[in-house]
Amino acid sequence: MGAAPRRAAILGGNRIPFARQNGAYADASEEDMLTAALDGLVARFGLAGERLGEVVAGAVVKHSRDLNLTRESVLGSALAATTPAYDVSQACATGLEATVLVANKIALGQVESGVAGGVDSASDAPITVSEDLRRILLTASRARSAGERMRALLGLRPRQLVPAVPRNAEPRTGLSMGEHMAITAARWGITREAQDELALASHRSLAAAYDRGFFDDLMTPYLGLTRDENLRTDTSLERLAALRPAFGRGEGATITAGTSTPLTDGASTVLLASDAWAAERGLPPLAYLVDAETAAVDYVHGDEGLLMAPAYAVPRLLSRAGLALEDFDLVEIHEAFAATVLATLKAWEDERFCVERLGLDGPFGTVDRSLLNVNGSSLAAGHPFAATGGRIVTSLAKMLHEKGPGSRGLVSICAAGGQGVVAILEGA
Amino acid sequence: MASDVYGQLVHTSLGRQVVTGLGLPNPATLRRYEPGDPLLPGAAVVGGLGTAPLADRVGGLLRRLGIEVLDKAPDEGRIAAVVADLTEVEEPADLETLRALVGPALRRLGPSGRVVVLGRPPETASSWAQAAARRALEGVTRSVGKELRDGATATLVLVAGGLVAGGLVTGGISAERTIGGDPTVGDLVTDDGDDDGGADGDGDPVEAILRFLLSGRSAFVDGQVVRVGARSVSRPADWSAPLAGRVAVVTGAARGIGAAVTRVLARDGATVVAVDVPGAGDALARMANEVRGSALQVDVTSPDAGARIVEHARTRHGGLDVVVHNAGITRDKLLANMDPDRWGSVVDVNLGAILRMNEAILDEGGLRPGGHVVLVASIAGIAGNRGQTNYAASKAGVIGLVGAMAADEGLRARGITVNAVAPGFIETEMTARMPLATREAGRRLSSLAQGGLPRDVAETVAWLSQDANAAVTGAVVRVCGQSLLGA
Repeated sequence: MGAAPRRAAILGGNRIPFARQNGAYADASEEDMLTAALDGLVARFGLAGERLGEVVAGAVVKHSRDLNLTRESVLGSALAATTPAYDVSQACATGLEATVLVANKIALGQVESGVAGGVDSASDAPITVSEDLRRILLTASRARSAGERMRALLGLRPRQLVPAVPRNAEPRTGLSMGEHMAITAARWGITREAQDELALASHRSLAAAYDRGFFDDLMTPYLGLTRDENLRTDTSLERLAALRPAFGRGEGATITAGTSTPLTDGASTVLLASDAWAAERGLPPLAYLVDAETAAVDYVHGDEGLLMAPAYAVPRLLSRAGLALEDFDLVEIHEAFAATVLATLKAWEDERFCVERLGLDGPFGTVDRSLLNVNGSSLAAGHPFAATGGRIVTSLAKMLHEKGPGSRGLVSICAAGGQGVVAILEGA
Repeated sequence: MASDVYGQLVHTSLGRQVVTGLGLPNPATLRRYEPGDPLLPGAAVVGGLGTAPLADRVGGLLRRLGIEVLDKAPDEGRIAAVVADLTEVEEPADLETLRALVGPALRRLGPSGRVVVLGRPPETASSWAQAAARRALEGVTRSVGKELRDGATATLVLVAGGLVAGGLVTGGISAERTIGGDPTVGDLVTDDGDDDGGADGDGDPVEAILRFLLSGRSAFVDGQVVRVGARSVSRPADWSAPLAGRVAVVTGAARGIGAAVTRVLARDGATVVAVDVPGAGDALARMANEVRGSALQVDVTSPDAGARIVEHARTRHGGLDVVVHNAGITRDKLLANMDPDRWGSVVDVNLGAILRMNEAILDEGGLRPGGHVVLVASIAGIAGNRGQTNYAASKAGVIGLVGAMAADEGLRARGITVNAVAPGFIETEMTARMPLATREAGRRLSSLAQGGLPRDVAETVAWLSQDANAAVTGAVVRVCGQSLLGA
């Protein structure tokens, strides 16, 4: 007989500023960055030497040697070495999924406190040998004699020596994420202008958040960086309009480097706990994680867009909670591309999509744009894949706390593989 | 940090010959406190004039700590300290007792030895002759500081209030009350004997001071006059953790003196809230984690800095007992070339921010009754420094602020002490940026002929943060190795 589920409180978080690929963190490993993000969190909440219930984090692009990335980071951090940890991976939703996992264990009473996080480095990328070379080397290692080994190695060809670098492409379609997005943008008629406007708003909102000190208790500088390296305070619609399209063809070529998230390095963490654990330490909850939902779409054989899963996840989640879009004070939709956000919003306003694909009676609803990504999102901050969930959850929790108890926030993060994780937060 | 090459050179055999031959300054390796160290590394000569009431108490304290106490200088061997009780000095002829006791002892004084002279405040003397004789002790002590070698220091302690065997009479005798007024720089001006709030206990105010002065904690405090009031003080349960259970806030904690203060307060038992600007957050996090405290990223000049500090200390740690206003910056330029930004930022960070933060910190629900405020002044605020008009303005302002706050009736009623340390030449990133000649002059033009370390300043801050030392308020304690500047 389990106890009645409890609420999992979000007490705060910490991230390091996000750096552009081959920028300030070019020489930092994922373990370095995750450890730095953890240590900043530990310092902020005075947890040095404490044993927490669990630390859950992950990275999307990961070295094979980092099989225990999170546990190794914990051992290198100021937390007690007796704090357990495990790795998770769900592409760009890794950080949010880690948050849900920690919250669930807290709700079930399995742990009293935990840290969810994520880290990714696009600079310190794992480079592997080609698949052909890998097979030859494995055959050679199984050889029982020098002769057998020689025969295996003689099969080598020069082109097989070219290393394999991780690619931003879907294995089952061969298309890059940008190419997938271009198809969806064209289908939903998302204009270049609308995308440029959304990108500009992201940069302006993030810059304003920095200027008013919003990140003073959410971020710890790292390797000389005190702000997200990707943030452009001087960008304008004219500058964005001047960029050449990066994805799509002809009329459908609307996506530019300015409306796509750049490859980024960074790490983030979120501290969650039961109310009792928080009260014992005098740590006021900022928000509660109320519920979460994951959806997946068939972008391979079906005709849905790769990044459209959140459009399905949110209506399911809200239906379970008995809520509508209008019931939210703040909405955070991860800006994989400006077009991702715009296509999702458009789908929810589209009667045919909502009836035929979501099984609703009519349009799902409209998101008030003044409540959307109010402190900027990934287009401005950058997107170290697994670190984005922690960034959004922590910022949203702080904003909801400022709005007061009972305020509601929605988080939506799309991910490679046609998946999407969404969650409801309630201000404390 | 620029390493003290000269200071290392003199410890080589060739270097020693050259230094001795040419009569160059010969900086000693100072005895600095490490947990577990005895109060003194050897015997102490303790004596005095007349009934020497304090000598008895000091002797008793030392014996309890297992330290050999002698009544005069031995014929051979080394002693670690000499304590001379001249509280009963009546006229200049009485000073011969001081010469006869301390003079021979100096010849036996070991490395980093201590000379402590105990006297009474000249202002409360009952005759002209007594006032002159009391004041004479200061001249003797400051000169002894300059005569001493090998890291030894000299300090004069002026004790207000009535003296009885076994402890000070709380409230004192009215004739013995220190006359109020501006604190004298370099002196420790103490409570005037009012029986005010907080800190009721059976402690001996002289004990906390002697435990500081005789130990390696006072390594770089030299040639100073220390005034102790008659206020009753509490005694810590454990003298090796005098700040146990206390919550302390240190601003500018990420590096330099602030980092050292954070470490020493934590070593002494305090839970430390380490505060610094968001831009220094990574170094700040390392400090907070090292001492198992908490980090608060806040710019001290922001309007809500004080409120956020109080809120953090109260919600996270249940209250606030000690505030160390250490955050400070320099933006040096000759006044002739000074722009408004350099001027304004230094004055605002180093002084304006303290005034604003104090509103919240000293408000209801802020610093607890019996709490301690420690500010960081500077020798530049006393002596002035070329190219530092803005910095000297802010640091002299800090000294003025300490005097006003210590005299404030409201704070006195709540038993809150307010003191400052005035660092001399301290080896930090700030002094490492000085030109070589200035830096060398700063190091050598002092009795100890070397720069101090951030931890030397930190030890003094930690001492001023003790409840057992609550009889000291309004003081500006120089931590300068008896620097010639502004002395």
